[in-house]
Amino acid sequence: MGPLVTYDLISQDTNLLLAFIIGIGFGFVLEASGFSSSRKLAGIFYGYDAVVLKVFFTAAITAMLGLLFFSLFGWIDLDLVYVNPTYLYSAIGGGVIMGAGFIMGGFCPGTSFCAASIGKLDALVFIGGLFLGVLIFAEGYPLWEGFFKTTFMGYPKISSFVGLSDGVFAFLVILAALGMFWVAEWAEKKFPQAEY
Amino acid sequence: MAKKEQTVKKTKYLNPYLGGVLLGLVLLAANYVSGRGLGASGAIKSAVVAAVKTVAPAHTEKAVFYQEYANSHGENSMKSWLVFEMLGVVVGGFLSGALAGRLKVKVEHSPKITSKRRLAFALMGGILFGFGSQLGRGCTSGSALSGMAVISLGGFISMAAIFGTAFALAYFFRKNWI
Repeated sequence: MGPLVTYDLISQDTNLLLAFIIGIGFGFVLEASGFSSSRKLAGIFYGYDAVVLKVFFTAAITAMLGLLFFSLFGWIDLDLVYVNPTYLYSAIGGGVIMGAGFIMGGFCPGTSFCAASIGKLDALVFIGGLFLGVLIFAEGYPLWEGFFKTTFMGYPKISSFVGLSDGVFAFLVILAALGMFWVAEWAEKKFPQAEY
Repeated sequence: MAKKEQTVKKTKYLNPYLGGVLLGLVLLAANYVSGRGLGASGAIKSAVVAAVKTVAPAHTEKAVFYQEYANSHGENSMKSWLVFEMLGVVVGGFLSGALAGRLKVKVEHSPKITSKRRLAFALMGGILFGFGSQLGRGCTSGSALSGMAVISLGGFISMAAIFGTAFALAYFFRKNWI
């Protein structure tokens, strides 16, 4: 029964070793899918390359369904799986700032490490920026602590928020993703760009 | 010859839907093992906290941010799940790049802009993303992707805010990419 570490089936040190191995899988799949290239990542915002949307939504759906099935089979206790807290204002504010960083820098944190690992210097500079940005947040914390902690909504699931069961909600996400994949395939043909 | 080149180009990257399924399975494994999803910015926060603690220990004893961090994460910030996971990401990315013949030191940028401009924007983007990931309690991996997998409201809000803003601003930064 999972999660393994919560059920004390593995030790903390084994958990960290598995974190390293899971990280290898994470980095390998990101790189192999083309997430080590800012050109491919930014492509979604201009239509010429929708790899971000395809990988991101397929992954979210796979993991979402996997967790629901694992729970159904009694393999994992979903009550012990971490659900992110929701602070409405800072989630939107932080997301907006990250979105601006994404279109300017062409990476997100995970993909920048992946790109730096194959020698992309622009990714290395982006990582330098990440450290600076986190440091600025930490040092100026009293200035935005109020905004950071306001509008706490608990740990809601979006399914219960809109009044649907997890399964029905997951099904709707799949339908929405299929629609987006269709648009993505169309856009890649419609707005091609030369590679560099 | 031309035909051969085309086939090579096609197989350059993994099929994105297959890549997505594999990434989803990695994320599922993370949840099964540790009860938490993947992440990236949390590891950077750990490193920043450890660095500031080494350089200015007296400062971290007083400043609210570091105190809150110590209370919720313990004293040794580097012995964390996300730090080990991100070390793995670097190894995994390198392995994939080596197998595919993509290891190359370079600044990737559109031929329409200089590499200096690309690096300046990468730095600015990094600063914004680093700051935003702290304000939003996680980045694309930890908040948006992992949050969506557990059907968290916050995860969907993060996803919509990140991608929505990038779409809305894409026009103004088009010269950098197209």
